[in-house]
Amino acid sequence: MEIFGNLLLGFTVAVSPLNLLYALIGVLLGTLIGVLPGIGPVATIAMLLPITFNLNPTAALVMLAGIYYGSQYGGSTTSILVNLPGEAASVVTCLDGHQMARQGRAGPALAIAAIGSFFAGCVATLVIATAAPPLAEVALKFGPSEYFSLMVLGLVAATVLAHGSLAKAIAMVVLGLLLGLIGTDVNSGVLRFTFGIPELSDGIGFVVVAMGVFGISEIVANLELKGAREVFTSNVGSLMPTREDFRRSWPAVMRGTALGSFLGILPGGGGVLSAFGSYTIEKKLSRHPEQFGKGAIEGVAGPESANNAGAQTSFIPMLTLGIPGNAVMALMIGALMIQGIAPGPQVMSEKPELFWGLIASMWIGNLMLVILNLPLIGMWIKLLSIPYRYLYPSILVFMAIGVFSLSNNPWDVLIMAVFGAFGYVCVKLECEPAPMILGFILGPLMEENLRRAMLLSRGDPTVFFTKPISAGFIIASVFLLVIVALPAIRKKREQVFVEEQP
Amino acid sequence: MIKIKSPKDFWAGMMFLGVGLFFAVWAVVNYQMGSAVRMGPAYFPAVLGGLLALLGGGVVAGSFAIAGPAVPTFHFRPLLLIVVGCVAYGYLMKPLGLVGATAVLVFVSALGGHEFKWKEVTILYVVLIVFSVLVFVKGLTLPFPLWPEALG
Repeated sequence: MEIFGNLLLGFTVAVSPLNLLYALIGVLLGTLIGVLPGIGPVATIAMLLPITFNLNPTAALVMLAGIYYGSQYGGSTTSILVNLPGEAASVVTCLDGHQMARQGRAGPALAIAAIGSFFAGCVATLVIATAAPPLAEVALKFGPSEYFSLMVLGLVAATVLAHGSLAKAIAMVVLGLLLGLIGTDVNSGVLRFTFGIPELSDGIGFVVVAMGVFGISEIVANLELKGAREVFTSNVGSLMPTREDFRRSWPAVMRGTALGSFLGILPGGGGVLSAFGSYTIEKKLSRHPEQFGKGAIEGVAGPESANNAGAQTSFIPMLTLGIPGNAVMALMIGALMIQGIAPGPQVMSEKPELFWGLIASMWIGNLMLVILNLPLIGMWIKLLSIPYRYLYPSILVFMAIGVFSLSNNPWDVLIMAVFGAFGYVCVKLECEPAPMILGFILGPLMEENLRRAMLLSRGDPTVFFTKPISAGFIIASVFLLVIVALPAIRKKREQVFVEEQP
Repeated sequence: MIKIKSPKDFWAGMMFLGVGLFFAVWAVVNYQMGSAVRMGPAYFPAVLGGLLALLGGGVVAGSFAIAGPAVPTFHFRPLLLIVVGCVAYGYLMKPLGLVGATAVLVFVSALGGHEFKWKEVTILYVVLIVFSVLVFVKGLTLPFPLWPEALG
């Protein structure tokens, strides 16, 4: 069995002391920022990207991945104890998890969340290991037209799953694509949209944009809020769930894992959608739907498993196709590019130690999270009492250092601030910045593939519809757009996202 | 007089419309268009800019038809102070060094919060500068000047 050989290679890479250390740093940092409201994995990964420049590629990705799934764990802790989702994907966990805490059952809720997440993490790791190689093989046969259509599908999916208005989400993608084109045109060497500013000839740095849009604007938006937090520190209670808890939880964990693994693979998917889907399913299937929202343990077990599974399988399109499905994956692509590795299906064959090491490290990281998280809960809770007025200047200092160190040029910090202000305007106008980031990454790639495809087809645009795989992607994109535009589904979609707002 | 029913969408749409038109026009005027077979540097941005303008126009049109929420108030104070703090950090790094630039960033951005206590912020600054020096300058050996130029 090839997969076992591959996994074995992965584990030998992942258990090297250095990679273990970075996995540990990653999951600890991830849990930390998952616990702290007001800073998410996207901002943190963006903040650390410049630093990964000094690491070897495997260690860098292992750490960044750890931050992502660690944040999913940490987010559930705050949801349950404080009723404040540290992470978007944990919003659902608030509903029943916090009710359990109010009933003095915070311990079992935390334990089930951790156990469910661990189980989901194990399954998702296996899913990646089995699904990724065949996918990458298919992807190796892709020509420029297939790539172009695939990117269209990815971007469409990202808009479909974004909050709020579809037209605005698509517009944000296009805006991102345009911003991505700023700089030297590879084909002609012409400087585009640089307005005579020398710093713009290499384009706008991806890290800079991501930190501005996700970091700065988030801080400003947070500073508007004033709110007291209600922390249940004294009565976490016994951690051990009862036999009844287990009996009710395990089917929810299984369903959540399956749903999350599937939704995570879809472009635009990932933790948030999986958690919501799982909660809805559990409520529908339950014999006691009236208990939901009042402390039903299934309402914690299902979504927590689903968001962890989804977070992990969302690595599949990134690793095999080089296409980011969500903003975190876009940052991972950014990390690969910083290391001089072109993302795409060839990563698996050319850098097997990176690919399989990352996968194995996910499993190890999940194990670390279970072992570390439950005993450390007390410490995380203490961190929650740090007021935001200490946190945000610290975050700003780290962001500013990170961005300045990119090229030791004040220009990058200036652009970060500009995008911070822009991101704040977007928040106010209800335009999701995440699709813009995906567009920003894919802009130059899309143009390149479009040009090549058109050159090969001698200017015939029907090539995207006559090649079967490419046509499939285009049809899927159109199909997605039509579905979402249908009035009935549009209503439902709006409901889902309205519920999501806490 | 047509009434704007959804101010959020109206302004978002206007933004897209403006940016889209700008990119499209700038590309067409300044760069080679080329043909579909051999696309020039203007081709893709012109198409995208046009698309963005169209989408923006659609959103603006929709804002007259469908009612939506008003634009929430902008809190300029935190935004301005944080933006100024960051920009100052970047441009003061050379003349003031890490120690000076970090001080400006921490104190200016702390002014953007709800409460500002000199003592607290000073302690925070000391902790952050010690941490930054240990981790970034000593640990990761980032080439930052530590002290203001005038002192060195």
